[in-house]
Amino acid sequence: MRSERPPVLFVVLAAVGVAFFVVPLVGLLYRASWETALGDLTSPEALTALRLSFVISLAATALALLLGVPLAWVYARVRFPGRDLVRALTTLPMILPPVVGGVALLFAFGRRGLFGQALDAIGIRLPFTTAGAILAATFVAMPFLVLTVEAGLRSMDRRYEDAARTLGAGRWVVFRRVTLPLIAPSIFAGAVLTWARALGEFGATITFAGNLPGTTQTLPLAVYIALETRPEVAIMLSLVLLATSLGILVAMRDRYLRAF
Amino acid sequence: MMLRAARALALAAALVIGACSQSWTGADAPLAGAVTVFAGSSLVDAFRRIGDDLTKANPGAQFTFSFGSSSTLATQITNGAPADVFASADDTSMQKIVDAKVVDGAPRAFASNRLEIAVAAGNPKKIGGLADLAREDVVLVLAAPTVPAGGYALAALSKAGVTARPASQEVDARAVLNKIALGEADAGIVYASDVKSAANRVTGVDIPAEHQVIARYPVAVVKDSKNRALAFRFVDYLTSPAGQTVLADFGFSHP
Repeated sequence: MRSERPPVLFVVLAAVGVAFFVVPLVGLLYRASWETALGDLTSPEALTALRLSFVISLAATALALLLGVPLAWVYARVRFPGRDLVRALTTLPMILPPVVGGVALLFAFGRRGLFGQALDAIGIRLPFTTAGAILAATFVAMPFLVLTVEAGLRSMDRRYEDAARTLGAGRWVVFRRVTLPLIAPSIFAGAVLTWARALGEFGATITFAGNLPGTTQTLPLAVYIALETRPEVAIMLSLVLLATSLGILVAMRDRYLRAF
Repeated sequence: MMLRAARALALAAALVIGACSQSWTGADAPLAGAVTVFAGSSLVDAFRRIGDDLTKANPGAQFTFSFGSSSTLATQITNGAPADVFASADDTSMQKIVDAKVVDGAPRAFASNRLEIAVAAGNPKKIGGLADLAREDVVLVLAAPTVPAGGYALAALSKAGVTARPASQEVDARAVLNKIALGEADAGIVYASDVKSAANRVTGVDIPAEHQVIARYPVAVVKDSKNRALAFRFVDYLTSPAGQTVLADFGFSHP
């Protein structure tokens, strides 16, 4: 990147832009009670939420990888009628209010939902379960993976695949030995973004999966509940979320930009 | 320069007159302006009606409501949210803003609310009382113990000696009601007024007097209200016979 001397106006506006994001964070840090920080973070409720959030966000990322990589491949490689519409549908959760997403999930997989009734009949219950929370997190987070991986597939040099094929490699071998290694950075970037989004998920989870410590109460839910009675715990948990996400975004910046 | 001074004078005069006028709020002089009322979410329907009634009587008056969990609202007010009136579903949340010294005068009790068990419409699981909430086949949701409705529910259960395991701790009583109305949960403990407001979607099951926990609702005008007169008018109306009738229509009891 070639560095330039910026116009003064841009510097001023950019500084305001930075302050807009940094000042609220400073507010959080200012209000945090550092003397009790360790106790707050190791309190049973905080540890339970941390552990659960870890499990749910990782499971959601795994599920997103399983479904999202093939989906991205289809979007990037197959021309079919209505592809743009389908892609838009699967991207929608990025801008849909998560609470609406949660209600939609209830209408689909709830006890009286379209598929939920059948699931209930065979004894599978999703609302109020950890599995339900994983589903909610996947719903809002998977689009990040699909978009990132699709971009990676589109920008890779397909001549490597052609070369492998002329050398007699089958489709599966080409995908596994050529395509996957080439788009590995995009998959990694997409997975990390997905994980970060799943970690911060609130609305769909509380609407679809409810809020029970140890079962569905993830970090953001614990923050919301604690905010009313134990704000110092809420702030500490928020800072954990913040530090994690900040670390990810700083580490990811180059890969993330390259993917798009 | 002169013009600005004149304007400042006029403004000061208006303020003085405004301040004087507050001494005769008791009179039925029509009031104008806008006030923002922060109220516990169980008050949604009753307060909307009361707002309409007051606007009809005072066409220049405008009431804006912000509903939410009382504890959240109290946090917002102590952090400077522009509320003129705060109606809380419990004394604890009201005490928060009293302690923060943002109350004008003393809080007044204006209503109370009984607890009721809400079950799916028609009561398909045949829930007869608190003891049934511990049944294996009943999916129970409660409000989180940190919000008033959740605290009251736990108190009622413990009075009845019932150990129940909720499937979820919702953010407020309305969220509990929604989970039941949507069919995800079989039962929950909410306010009698909540059951009344959702009469076609859920059925109420009474909790006997010995296990009852009565929620008291205090209301106060927030200090530095931009329209003190109208704010006090709203509070006065709540405790007036007309206001009490509306509250009773929506399932509330006398304070």
